[in-house]
Amino acid sequence: MAAAAAPWNHVWVGTDTGILKGVNLQRKQAANFTASGQPRREEAVSALCWGADGETQILVGCADGTVKHFSTEEGRFQGQRQCPGGEGTFRGLAQVDGTLITCVDSGILRVWPDQDKEASSDPLLELRVGPGVCRMRQDPARPHIVATGGKENALKVWDLQGSEEPLFRAKNVRNDWLDLRVPIWDQDIQFLPESQKLVTCTGYHQVRVYDPASPQRRPVLEATYGEYPLTAMTLTPEGNSVIVGNTHGQLAEIDLRQGRLLGCLKGLAGSVRGLQCHPSKPLLASCGLDRILRIHRIRNPRGLEHKVYLKSQLNCLLLSGRDNWEDEPQEPQEPSKVPSEDTETDELWASLEAAAKRKLPDWEQTQGTLQARQRKKKRPGSTSS
Amino acid sequence: MAKAGDKSGGSGKKGLKRKAATEEAQEAAVGEDGTTESGVQPPKTAAFPPGFSISEIKNKQRRHLMFTRWKQQQRKEKLAAKKKLKKEREALGDKAPPKPVPKTIDNQRVYDETIVDPNDEEVAYDEATDEFASYFNRQTSPKILITTSDRPHGRTVRLCEQLCTVIPNSHVYYRRGLALKKIIPQCISRDFTDLIVINEDRKIPNGLILSHLPSGPTAHFKMSSVRLRKEIKRRGKDPTEHIPEIILNNFTTRLGHSIGRMFASLFPHNPQFIGRQVATFHNQRDYIFFRFHRYIFKSEKKVGIQELGPRFTLKLRSLQKGTFDSKYGEYEWVHKVCAYSMKSQLGNFKKDGMRIKPCTLSFEYLYLKLCLCIYSHELKLISDTAFWSRD
Repeated sequence: MAAAAAPWNHVWVGTDTGILKGVNLQRKQAANFTASGQPRREEAVSALCWGADGETQILVGCADGTVKHFSTEEGRFQGQRQCPGGEGTFRGLAQVDGTLITCVDSGILRVWPDQDKEASSDPLLELRVGPGVCRMRQDPARPHIVATGGKENALKVWDLQGSEEPLFRAKNVRNDWLDLRVPIWDQDIQFLPESQKLVTCTGYHQVRVYDPASPQRRPVLEATYGEYPLTAMTLTPEGNSVIVGNTHGQLAEIDLRQGRLLGCLKGLAGSVRGLQCHPSKPLLASCGLDRILRIHRIRNPRGLEHKVYLKSQLNCLLLSGRDNWEDEPQEPQEPSKVPSEDTETDELWASLEAAAKRKLPDWEQTQGTLQARQRKKKRPGSTSS
Repeated sequence: MAKAGDKSGGSGKKGLKRKAATEEAQEAAVGEDGTTESGVQPPKTAAFPPGFSISEIKNKQRRHLMFTRWKQQQRKEKLAAKKKLKKEREALGDKAPPKPVPKTIDNQRVYDETIVDPNDEEVAYDEATDEFASYFNRQTSPKILITTSDRPHGRTVRLCEQLCTVIPNSHVYYRRGLALKKIIPQCISRDFTDLIVINEDRKIPNGLILSHLPSGPTAHFKMSSVRLRKEIKRRGKDPTEHIPEIILNNFTTRLGHSIGRMFASLFPHNPQFIGRQVATFHNQRDYIFFRFHRYIFKSEKKVGIQELGPRFTLKLRSLQKGTFDSKYGEYEWVHKVCAYSMKSQLGNFKKDGMRIKPCTLSFEYLYLKLCLCIYSHELKLISDTAFWSRD
């Protein structure tokens, strides 16, 4: 049943225990998917990205160097491929024209051919990006352009079809007021739409905007937020601001035109590991080390929409960008077909539906908290059903 | 009329103590008299506009009088209602409806979704492969380093010494102003499994940092109510070298499990209890109470306990993944002091209620009685421990 409902899941989350979780916010269900049926810590998910053909396939990068293909239509893992080379976990995963781009911690960026077409598993292209990579991001507008950055590894923009040298190599800012070198730690990178600009957030709580089109290699804009390393970043639908999260679970929206703080989002208790905004709706999905996936509404009004407790530490997430948030209408037909079958399976279905419904009272409470935000007291909630 | 006159002539205060209803009924007729005498009489006449409240009277004395009179009336009504209810219950006898359960904070708690289900496979796998797995698999035995913040005063030093006697295989070292980030690699190379740092402020210990060493989580607690051995009344003699048993109470949620496991990994994992000493970490409403007792079973149902050792209360401030790195470390849980987190803390706690793991000895039942004794004697708290049947 979980596999059948997989296409309608809104958020896909990868965990530290190797489980890929699909969360359906409409029906308030979360389902676990594992490649081998058992959670394994060696397969901890470190990177997720959409595969080819829209959002029907997910590429899951695991800690042991394998990239697994998961089909959302069928709700199961379809295959995997080994992507060896370099030490460390995957820091970035991307897909272009059927080829797979991977980047690991030690700085080896490889482009792998399509597994079905070519039998050989040698990489098509290999680049050395520099050690200590924290993120590799692909430009959604120009899929053959990737950017990498990390700890003491300045931001570089690479063209995979071009030369071995980076297109743009960022320069460090000037020495600070004590004439000390400012350290570099780019934790997350995003490409701004409709321009060549990039935004990075650093472990030294800075948010910087770079413009490769301008003659200066130093950041064009720098803003700081908080006192803790910023770990994740996402662009808002309008493209004028970014939302960043730090290791204390603080989420903030920063305007890129002026470099000022627009507002904060409350709720997270642990380090933010994954953030993604919906491309058209004002929704933000965040996951972190406190094992809870939260969906916030970022404007009118700013607040928490959904909160899901997923029992493992969450590493990365993918938010489905589809506009139709509801399920397809063929779902209700399934339970009506069942009573025509044997009575034995009737009982089985009854017990299964009871199991599915059991989750609802818990979620309804969280929905109730949203609606009852004006109420000062929490109503005594029902205990576990 | 005469009545009204008498009452006004008598002491004004006595007159006030009549019930408002009767007054208004009486004085509805003598409204005019009331208004003319309002200067002398207190304003208890029917000249009250509807929606009038006692708080609108500007004269403090009169307002106070009106209020006390209203309060007494309320009390009388409440008492009368209670008596009536009691009579009804007695009259009905067995058919009386069951008594309503009073609301307590415990009852009103919103169900916390993070409470761990004992049959949950995912959480079981998570715990079987986390940083404490090597301890629970008996592959490592604990070796603790206890130290303080720099330049500790007498109280803190004595607390460290006493903790050293309570926790087996622990060593106290003077801090000498060294940075924790430099101490930790040295500890790892010398096979220490845990590091405890007692923070001191103004000559009293007020914080505790517990870091599990190879790569494990670091918990930062606020410590309060520290009582050293000599401050504990009716205590027993000093603890012996025997390894104490541990009781972890009420660590139900996922966060509670992590913290509970941290505490458990401080003590050697040995179910064959020798020596009748027990260390208790009792969690109630996010405060962890640490007590150290010696017990003796006088009979099957009676147990005697003596409090030894130091006593303190802890409150978790943050749980950080990785060893101590407060600036750049990633936090699993941080105590957020804001209205949102306050609500959830009082309503549904972060960590409560781990079932006591059954020990392998045969006197499980007696062991449980011991726990109950400790709480009823010492803390007078209600713990919902399950009752095991004696096999």
